[in-house]
Amino acid sequence: MSHLVIAPLLLPLLAGILLLLLRGMDLRWRRGLALAAVLGQLALALLLTRAVADGDILVYALGNWPAPFGICLVADRLAAWLLVTTALLALFALAYGSLGTDRAGRHFHVLFQLELFGLNGAFLTGDLFNLFVFFEVLLIASYGLLLHGGGRLRTRAALHYVVINLAGSALFLIAAGLFYGLLGTLNLADLAVQVAAVSPDRLPLVRAAGLLLFGVFALKAALVPLSLWLPGAYANTSAPVAALFAIMTKVGAYAILRLSTLVFGGALIIDWLLPLALLTLAVGMIGATGSDRLRAQVAYLVLASVGTLLTAFGLGSAAGIAAGLYYLPHSTFAAAALFLLADQIAGQRGDLADRLEPGPVLGRHWVLGVLFFLCAIAMAGLPPLSGFIGKFLILRAALDRPSAPWVLGVVLVGGLLALMALARSGSRLFYKTIDSAPAADTPTPPGAALGLVAGLLALGVAMTLWAGPLNDYTDAIARQLLHPAGYVQAVLGPRGGARP
Amino acid sequence: MEALLALMIGLLTAAGVYLLLRARTFPVVLGLSLLSYAVNLFLFAMGRLQIGRPPIVTATAAGYTDPLPQALVLTAIVIGFAMTAFVIMLALKARAELGNDHVDGLHEPEVRDTDS
Repeated sequence: MSHLVIAPLLLPLLAGILLLLLRGMDLRWRRGLALAAVLGQLALALLLTRAVADGDILVYALGNWPAPFGICLVADRLAAWLLVTTALLALFALAYGSLGTDRAGRHFHVLFQLELFGLNGAFLTGDLFNLFVFFEVLLIASYGLLLHGGGRLRTRAALHYVVINLAGSALFLIAAGLFYGLLGTLNLADLAVQVAAVSPDRLPLVRAAGLLLFGVFALKAALVPLSLWLPGAYANTSAPVAALFAIMTKVGAYAILRLSTLVFGGALIIDWLLPLALLTLAVGMIGATGSDRLRAQVAYLVLASVGTLLTAFGLGSAAGIAAGLYYLPHSTFAAAALFLLADQIAGQRGDLADRLEPGPVLGRHWVLGVLFFLCAIAMAGLPPLSGFIGKFLILRAALDRPSAPWVLGVVLVGGLLALMALARSGSRLFYKTIDSAPAADTPTPPGAALGLVAGLLALGVAMTLWAGPLNDYTDAIARQLLHPAGYVQAVLGPRGGARP
Repeated sequence: MEALLALMIGLLTAAGVYLLLRARTFPVVLGLSLLSYAVNLFLFAMGRLQIGRPPIVTATAAGYTDPLPQALVLTAIVIGFAMTAFVIMLALKARAELGNDHVDGLHEPEVRDTDS
């Protein structure tokens, strides 16, 4: 039993506690500690990726209680892939936060580490109730982060976000309770065995519990019609937090993917997923076209990327899942880059902030403009950046499905709408300016912040250059997911969960 | 007893959902509390209702009650308690910053005394 599996949980938890104890320390030291912790998580995630690359599934039984009686952590290719994505994103978001956002409140770094603790835990856990607990951990941290810095709009958005997520948590508990009452287990692998063998008279209740769970995950993933909380929350929080939240909707998508492939064998949820995902994509793109603020526009683009991702998962084939998993880190990084860039643009426009109205000429507008152009290309999915490859893979996976006309139509028109929306914003921000030269007192954007945006874009370039190996890896993830017997055997042992 | 418990859970849920949909923050907080009570009772009942049985298998007792839902409920209660405290603080902050206790932070509808 390798302790490597639990290390991505312990590191942010201990770092968070340490940062809380050291809150009187000089801010520079705390920043260094937090950055070191995130770098450590990146290293651990990469080690874990190497350990599971050849198809091994590592199981960590907490307290050495054998599954299904104890709680277990399970690291497979999918978990490792998401851990790496989270750590990379967190590195850039934290570095940006350390440029000054973290001064606005006392516990930014503590909450940031606890958020990572919750995220890593949600990806690694092999137990349904533990998934609930880690969801709560990441949500509680996200409430604090969302409110970081304060402000009227932020408070109002946080109130909506907290209340809807608490209602979601209540539903999650009801679903988990139903599963336990019906099947007598909460271990995901054991649930897979029990669901497959459930008696016909209990099947409707099991289906009800499964759909309830799907509703909860759809709420976290912001699937239409449960998506109304997202634009307000993401558009009104501080930039590094919004960048980190780009992964939060993906946790819901991950949970849908995990539960539907492992526990339900792809049968329960899949009929609902594709239409709702396409609708989410359409709503996101229409919202982006109609936004009057840049950050609201990016938030709607995040919504659309969730729609694209779940469209890929909703295809239900190995090719679709692989394409979606390639698209997931790309869309996360691109959205984070746009959130950070929008903050830099808004910071220079005074009272106009990020409203898409003619304003003063921006300082360093050449750099900002080029970065905005690149972000827009990445987000809309144009060549040569990784968004194009992700969308191409999704469309190719959709070609042999009966739903192909719908998927192709919505994804392609959605891409066009994204392009139009971002072109409109870009021309309003950079061309339709009032004065010909920047005002003398306009602060120029710091090079470090722009470097971080460029770094996030560089991740997209790297994903393009190594698209072949990465796509091979996501293919391997999809194959592993569609053969859940390996997961079940790894957790429950070779007898495959036969109850005494 | 099952029927009584089911009725209670249903009543708490109904009241919780009704209050959750109100427009002021105080009823919303109360609604969330009632909802979490209902969920806790529901989780508890998922281990089947037993009276006077130990939560452990012994030779002397006639049977046992499932200890796992009790552990789950304990966790859910702790989380629910912390969340209620948080949401109360948030509601107070919203009341202070937005100037009223409407969940959307809207201003009071202006009283039209000219028509009447």
